[in-house]
Amino acid sequence: MNATLDNTIQIAEPPKNYEVLPKESSAGGTDLLEVAMGPHHPSTHGVFRMDVVLDGERVVKLKPVFGYLHRNHEKIAENTTYLGSMPYTDRLDYFCSLTNNWAYALAVEKLAGLQVPERAEYIRVITAELTRLQNHASLVGFLMQDMGALGTPLMYAFREREKILDLFESLTGARMMCNYMRFGGCRVDLPEGWLEQANKVVAEFPRFVDEFENLISGNEILMARTQGVGVLPKELAINASITGPMLRASGVNYDIRKVDKYGIYDRFKFRVPLGDHGDVYDRYMLRVLEMRESVKILEQALPAIPVGPIVDPKAKIRGFRPKVGEAYGRIEAPKGELGFYLISDGTPNPYRYRVRPPSLINLTILEDMCLGRVIADVVIILGSVDIVLGEVDR
Amino acid sequence: MLGEGILKGMAETARNFIGSYVKEDRLTTVQYPEERLPQKEAARNFPFLVFDGNDPHAGMRCVACQICEKECPPQCIYITKSKDRKPDYIGKPQFYPSVFDIDISVCMSCQICVEVCPFEAIKMDTDYELSTDNRFGGLLLDKNKLAKSADYYRKIHPTEAAEVDGKLNAEKVKAEAKAKADAEAKAKAAAAPKPAAAPASPPAPPAPAPAAAAI
Repeated sequence: MNATLDNTIQIAEPPKNYEVLPKESSAGGTDLLEVAMGPHHPSTHGVFRMDVVLDGERVVKLKPVFGYLHRNHEKIAENTTYLGSMPYTDRLDYFCSLTNNWAYALAVEKLAGLQVPERAEYIRVITAELTRLQNHASLVGFLMQDMGALGTPLMYAFREREKILDLFESLTGARMMCNYMRFGGCRVDLPEGWLEQANKVVAEFPRFVDEFENLISGNEILMARTQGVGVLPKELAINASITGPMLRASGVNYDIRKVDKYGIYDRFKFRVPLGDHGDVYDRYMLRVLEMRESVKILEQALPAIPVGPIVDPKAKIRGFRPKVGEAYGRIEAPKGELGFYLISDGTPNPYRYRVRPPSLINLTILEDMCLGRVIADVVIILGSVDIVLGEVDR
Repeated sequence: MLGEGILKGMAETARNFIGSYVKEDRLTTVQYPEERLPQKEAARNFPFLVFDGNDPHAGMRCVACQICEKECPPQCIYITKSKDRKPDYIGKPQFYPSVFDIDISVCMSCQICVEVCPFEAIKMDTDYELSTDNRFGGLLLDKNKLAKSADYYRKIHPTEAAEVDGKLNAEKVKAEAKAKADAEAKAKAAAAPKPAAAPASPPAPPAPAPAAAAI
């Protein structure tokens, strides 16, 4: 509001959520329309806004706007102890708290030079692959929901996810905010009967994948909606440093489990599925195939788990001060390369703490995939990127 | 054939729908307020303070060392140390928290307070029906609301509680044995060398030793 000299109050114009652009800028002779999709839009998977300029139904410009869920995670981490940041990492990508924990623990272990015992490494692989299963299961469910298949596929996926979350709860105490990994190992050992239950879940999981593929993979509507939509060329994907299933769907063979062989991934035999076209259907199928590969890793890891300690005896819970230095720990999270960059100055708090979130970096390519597509395609392209806003905004 | 995939998918839906009437694993939901799933033993929700015996004040294990207050990542714990002391489970006089508040609307259930506590005094609760319309009365828990008996702890986390009990008992036995040995040694020291060195030694009879051991 602006009070002018004669004391009349001019009320500012209400904020517009669309804007009529001049006629000349349109190709088809009609007005361009700028629409704000979100931040409270069910297709955006959280609080995320896309400023879309439309010519009729076609997208001519798209600007992702994020930051609505910004919580200052990195700055908070510089003001708490190393351990104190561990529960905050759960809240980054809240679907995959265990892989977030692992990435952070890996960075700190590099910094402090801690050795993870064998059993803890196996537990980490098992929990990370279970996390991947439940993340991909819910992602394909959400993707179907974005396409208008309301309910059924998502509920089938959630039924399976629930079994894995039950495993997480009986191991870590929480379904989603697990806070399980510790520097140099894990917090608690597997409870009695956990391995049997995990074996059962893993043995039953391929049935779900088959069922889901029967349900939807051959569906003509799905194919019509997704094939050739949102194509991400190989070169562009590499140049934009896209990682994870997005990159592999474009046909680039890059999986940090294979490239870095962090943890004990070199002991397991699994293949890296690759896409051919880089469209939404490829990204969907890639997740389905990755679930099958994860089941393979779990089938190898679960029987091979050794007995022994679960945490490095040198690791300290209180008064943990890694020596001066810097470290970057990265893992193949379900959404892509999740990295933590830490600088230690020898105090209990990190001097610098930086997260490399796969969701944010995969999201930067959104406009290139959406240009020229209709607005209904924007929703499924965004769905196939697999973002979690907790990680995008941090 | 066009539409084959759709029909296949519908057959799958039908199989699940009919299956939910005959097979347990196809019907996975429960009717929540009436039916409840059993709690997992490891489940955690918000912290509580453990006390032994029946009196929350006398049996309170917390000695107000304030480690959890310092380590709590969201800083939701507030502790004021008492001026006086009370005996703990071994019999050693210790401080106790005159104020112990946890704001469970800030708490993020990370369990770090439990991990850092050297006295097994703070543990995680499993009670989840905590919704309230009273922000400060219902969610800012004070010492009286937080104190829960060790029996309750044994009930919600049996395996973990058995370990903790074993550890505490071992410490108690050790402390008792040490106190006994100390008392004996002091009694011996008081009894034996005195007559022998009576004329030369300065007067230093360890008179308060038996009293200290008796606490």
